[in-house]
Amino acid sequence: MKLNEKKIDMQKVLAPAALVILYVFFSVVGDGFLSMTVFKNILESSYYIGFMAFGVTFIIITGGIDLSLGTVMMCAALLGAYTFKQLHFPLIVSLLVAVLVGAVFGFLNGVMVAKLKLPPFIATLGTMMMSQGFGSIITKVQSQTWPTATEPVGGWFKKVFIRADLFGVKGFPVGVFWLIGFFVIAALILHKTKFGRYVFAIGSNEEAARLSGINVDNWKIAVYTLSGIFVGLSGIMYAAAYTTITPGTGNGQEMNGITGVVIGGTSMSGGSGTMVGTLIGVFIMSVLKTGLSNLNLQAPWQTFFTGLVVIGAVLLDIQRTKAANRVKKS
Amino acid sequence: MGEVILKMDGIQKYFPGVHALDNAHLEVRAGEVMALVGENGAGKSTLMKILTGIYQKDGGSIEYFGQEIEIHGPRDAQSKGICIVHQELNLMQDLTVAENIFIGREPSKGLFLNQGEQNRMTEELLSSLHLNINARTQIKRLTVAKQQMVEIAKALSYQNTKVLIMDEPSTALTASEIEDLFTFIRQLKATGVGIVYISHRMDELKQITDRITVMRDGQYVDTVNTADTTIDQVVQMMVGRVIYEEPKSHSNVPPDAEVVLEAEGLTSLDVKNVSFKLHKGEILGFAGLMGAGRTETMRLLCGADKRDSGTIKVRGKEVNIRSPKDAVNAGIGYLSEDRKLFGLCLGLSVADNTALPSLDKLSGPLFVDDGKIHKAATEYVDKIRIKTPTVKTLIRSLSGGNQQKVVIAKWLHRDCDVLIFDEPTKGIDVGAKSEIYKLMNQLAAEGKSIIMISSELPELLRMSDRVVVMCEGRVTGELDISEATQERIMTFATKRELEEAV
Repeated sequence: MKLNEKKIDMQKVLAPAALVILYVFFSVVGDGFLSMTVFKNILESSYYIGFMAFGVTFIIITGGIDLSLGTVMMCAALLGAYTFKQLHFPLIVSLLVAVLVGAVFGFLNGVMVAKLKLPPFIATLGTMMMSQGFGSIITKVQSQTWPTATEPVGGWFKKVFIRADLFGVKGFPVGVFWLIGFFVIAALILHKTKFGRYVFAIGSNEEAARLSGINVDNWKIAVYTLSGIFVGLSGIMYAAAYTTITPGTGNGQEMNGITGVVIGGTSMSGGSGTMVGTLIGVFIMSVLKTGLSNLNLQAPWQTFFTGLVVIGAVLLDIQRTKAANRVKKS
Repeated sequence: MGEVILKMDGIQKYFPGVHALDNAHLEVRAGEVMALVGENGAGKSTLMKILTGIYQKDGGSIEYFGQEIEIHGPRDAQSKGICIVHQELNLMQDLTVAENIFIGREPSKGLFLNQGEQNRMTEELLSSLHLNINARTQIKRLTVAKQQMVEIAKALSYQNTKVLIMDEPSTALTASEIEDLFTFIRQLKATGVGIVYISHRMDELKQITDRITVMRDGQYVDTVNTADTTIDQVVQMMVGRVIYEEPKSHSNVPPDAEVVLEAEGLTSLDVKNVSFKLHKGEILGFAGLMGAGRTETMRLLCGADKRDSGTIKVRGKEVNIRSPKDAVNAGIGYLSEDRKLFGLCLGLSVADNTALPSLDKLSGPLFVDDGKIHKAATEYVDKIRIKTPTVKTLIRSLSGGNQQKVVIAKWLHRDCDVLIFDEPTKGIDVGAKSEIYKLMNQLAAEGKSIIMISSELPELLRMSDRVVVMCEGRVTGELDISEATQERIMTFATKRELEEAV
């Protein structure tokens, strides 16, 4: 039993170790990987993956899944930009629109899963396609742009979310404050509130939670809605980093988020996981992305390797579950 | 008595940090039923896993028909004629009896299956075992008892089965189904097969076994002839101490005690017009055969299922229970017969499980108060003697009896006055059973009201102040403990609708 417990602790250090190893690997083989520019790139691509991953961590711990992350994120970014550029909403209102789009799709997912008893996989596969179509319909399949740093109206957008001249540093990555700030909020919700405790209870044994007098259906809707809000925020971070949003994209982005969560030690079968793990998993994903493009391996290669990592992460999850079961039996 | 066909001697097995088997011993003769008994964790399963090749032994010898053998894996064991029928059925529900029996070695004609031949072989096998089951029937259309027998038939279909291990085959069976199983086992004995029979039910040992091997803490204790031994002696050997057993002779509840819970005309698909009263400090037993609607009635009471009609009053006031949440708020706590499925979150700690229904009380405006949770859990660990290293220990690493206690703690902490125990001692070993009994009596004495469903009549007679008997969804009788006997309860429990005025 002692031995097995040590093994599980090994699993805990696996993700941080993998992050370090990956970073060192790319530093050695890559060209100029150890530069400030590349470091900023890593951070910038981690923002939107991070927000998706924080949200979906809750869902995965309840034993569910959300495949609509990527397209809802794009839909939120598209509609935000559309209301800003075409409808001339104040920027702050457009940002709220983006969050609202995420929340509405999340709520929809929640109702379908909790009340209509659709399998999460199917329900969110549906909203994945719906959100992709919806964004294209509203924007009439035109690309939408968010304000750049030099624009007179809304020029503060990038400065607030991505880079600003701060602490005497030119182009300081301020997004990291948002990432860490919301990480802390997400971690507190997951580990310190009643809501978080119910998330674990539902994922561990939904029926036992229900019989304990917990209104499982309502809490599940809340979980999916919360995740939706995080997806809306990730839409904002994506917009701030990449400015131009193309309708019909976003498909496949959800895998970055989900993989980050699973690499970070959250079990696909629900009931266990940590927010710190997710944060580390997210950095692994963004180091991988940035590292591969630093090696001049372009998009197809990145996709290929992401697929490989997905399989590896789930294999790891299976091993973890096995280890936990062994402890149970002995 | 036949020759000794199997002899396991000095078997050792180590798991990381655990000496699981220390000098275990088992002997089986041809044509006998050898009971293997012991508390949970005594090493029965481990020993059987070594015999069937799932685990490899770390020491000792296995002698089979006079020759020392090594068992390299499950297939090796099977080919040697050692087969096991597991506690959980491993049948594919949508396939037919024949398809299940011959899965993996289907008779074929060229490229195609030879269904006809497969069915013919199955029918031959079933009729040789005197089993009245159609080979073409889908498994899910059979009763659990019949399914069990198909499982046994499957084990025996490996032509040369000489040793058959049955791991708690009677758990899911009703009394009459158990009779069928025993008849079947007797027929099997007559063909010279040696049977290892694992069971927690002591009364069964007397009925069906020839000898009993007792294990305790991974060690061999003794082997005795069933005929020369009393059940008490066996239990003593299992736990290594004397168990205090005393049936209740009269009710402890004064006749004018307050009515805490009153159900009137509860009706759903499986429950027909059920009414009863529960008094303060009372243990109300619910007797009946499997499928009598007892669990279904309780699920209506605790809001787990929706009722079609009927009212529930708590302390004289009608409460509208529409969800488990309403029931919990009304102070009704339900302890399911299946702890792992309905009672516990196995992946969470003892403390979190205890706090689950009462997190509202244990939270501040924003955050849960882990200090309070910890304190509350510790209090109950002490109060009802839950054996756990710490309250942060994951519940899955606790024994069945202690897991059950955590479920009790959870409802006590929620201030539930009505506790519904559904088969509270199912799958719990003898020592832990008497602890649970003691605890229930203590709770009743403190003024909690308890409903206890049990399929073991001796247990009901020992614990209850009053017994309600159900049959086919309706209440067919109610007995004060002073007038209750096993025979009387059984009469009510088998009183079918036909005999009543319709």
